[in-house]
Amino acid sequence: MTQSASDPLLSVRDLRIAFDGVEVVRGLSFDVHAGEVLALVGESGAGKSLTARALLGMLPSDAVQTGSVRPDLSTARGRRIALVPQDALSALSPVHPVGDQLATAVRSVARVSRAEARARAVAALDRVGIPDAARRARSYPHEFSGGMRQRAVVAMATINEPDVLVADEPTTALDEERRDQVLHLLTEQREAVGAALVLVTHDLDAVRRHADRALVMYAGRMTELGPVRDVLEHPLAPYTAGLLACLPQTARGRRLPTLPGMPPTPDALPPGCAFAPRCTRATDVCRREEPEPVRVDGHQVACHHWEKV
Amino acid sequence: MSRSLLDVRDLVVRYGAVTAVDHVSFTLEAGETLAIEGPSGCGKSSTAMAVLQLRRPDSGEVRFEGRELTGLTEPQLRPLRPRMQPVFQDPYGSLSPRHRIRDAVAEPLRLQGLRPTATEIAELLDRAGLDPSYGDRRPHELSGGQCQRAGIARALASNPRLLVLDEPVSALDPSVRAGILNLLADLQDELGLAYLFICHDRAVVRHFADRVIAMRDGRITSR
Repeated sequence: MTQSASDPLLSVRDLRIAFDGVEVVRGLSFDVHAGEVLALVGESGAGKSLTARALLGMLPSDAVQTGSVRPDLSTARGRRIALVPQDALSALSPVHPVGDQLATAVRSVARVSRAEARARAVAALDRVGIPDAARRARSYPHEFSGGMRQRAVVAMATINEPDVLVADEPTTALDEERRDQVLHLLTEQREAVGAALVLVTHDLDAVRRHADRALVMYAGRMTELGPVRDVLEHPLAPYTAGLLACLPQTARGRRLPTLPGMPPTPDALPPGCAFAPRCTRATDVCRREEPEPVRVDGHQVACHHWEKV
Repeated sequence: MSRSLLDVRDLVVRYGAVTAVDHVSFTLEAGETLAIEGPSGCGKSSTAMAVLQLRRPDSGEVRFEGRELTGLTEPQLRPLRPRMQPVFQDPYGSLSPRHRIRDAVAEPLRLQGLRPTATEIAELLDRAGLDPSYGDRRPHELSGGQCQRAGIARALASNPRLLVLDEPVSALDPSVRAGILNLLADLQDELGLAYLFICHDRAVVRHFADRVIAMRDGRITSR
């Protein structure tokens, strides 16, 4: 990987995704740089999973996408961009040995012999830390433990050394210990193959520990984008600050701060800034005009009142 | 010293050859929150189910309000069940998709042969922080946080002393989670409820519990 920071791997510009004429992702622009971990953060329904699916070209068939994702890697899915599935068990075929499934993934993108594909499959299992990989490659998924299956799907996603890995809530169903193991494995393997990782999550603790940059989304728009340290330690947007304040580890006393109300549904957005009805800093301009992202010290924020946070 | 609300001694739960809960003992006082934390498979949920007698333990004692539960038959347990109520992790999975919220909330009372009035149901929903108009809806029309509030309203219906909360906030977004934890704290202050709080998130446990026991491989490793 010898791309410079000014030369992003992926450029997303004014991405919009609609269902039945209702926009769920509403004009999102960001870059993915080589080798970085970019976290897409936000509450359920913010549009982060759809955004990740758009990068992969895996939107549902009834979704209408406009704007651009350049270059379009979706035609090179499995080779230049790959998904790390959330549920390792259902992502693997129960009726084929794990090594065969990995070898098939190799042969789907490269003209190599069966023996060569097989060798790469074993090497990939070895790389993710499966002991006695040559023998275990002949095992079926049900013969693997949960942790080994997780490793196998990470091996599958990285076997063709993609430029971009996309992981959609890879750890939601896991306990804290397993969560850290999986994220550690993902970041380590991404480094081993030199891929960037787009990590969709609502777990701010995971973002703090494993991501380089964070894109905070609210109601289908960017609220804030920047280096994790800036966004999580010195948030500029009231929404980011509110989200951080309600984490138990940062709160004082028995009662936690909460964000009043609920996120709006895409078909009933308030006028102006979508967060305004829940925001303690909202003024008339917020209820009238949707804020556009502005740059503040290498950090982007879409808020009329970011100076005041 | 006064008697504990819940006194669990040498609890053992086995699934075939696997011992999920291996001689676990603890007590819980009225108005107190005891958290059980630990990784998946450590036996914390099995402990919760055995306390509720939803899974009968293989050996050991569960003494609740002074009565030993493990030796009781199901008909003998029935009048005691309203006093200890579960709240589960998956708010959608724990409410029947076909029932309106008000029927789900009324169910524990109906099981006791009571017929709660609309006002009583509205009060329960209100107490759980849900607008009573949600009573007419079905679970899929509610958000995850609202569903969990309905689950809590239902648990409160039978006037319990103990709530067994099995990962009640694990599936929720941070801001929604904060709201549910605040609700549980308020209810405890108002009603003097005791909570057995099963949770794998250490930050939540440290924030919320009075005491914590950690489990691993079926055993208590620290308290």
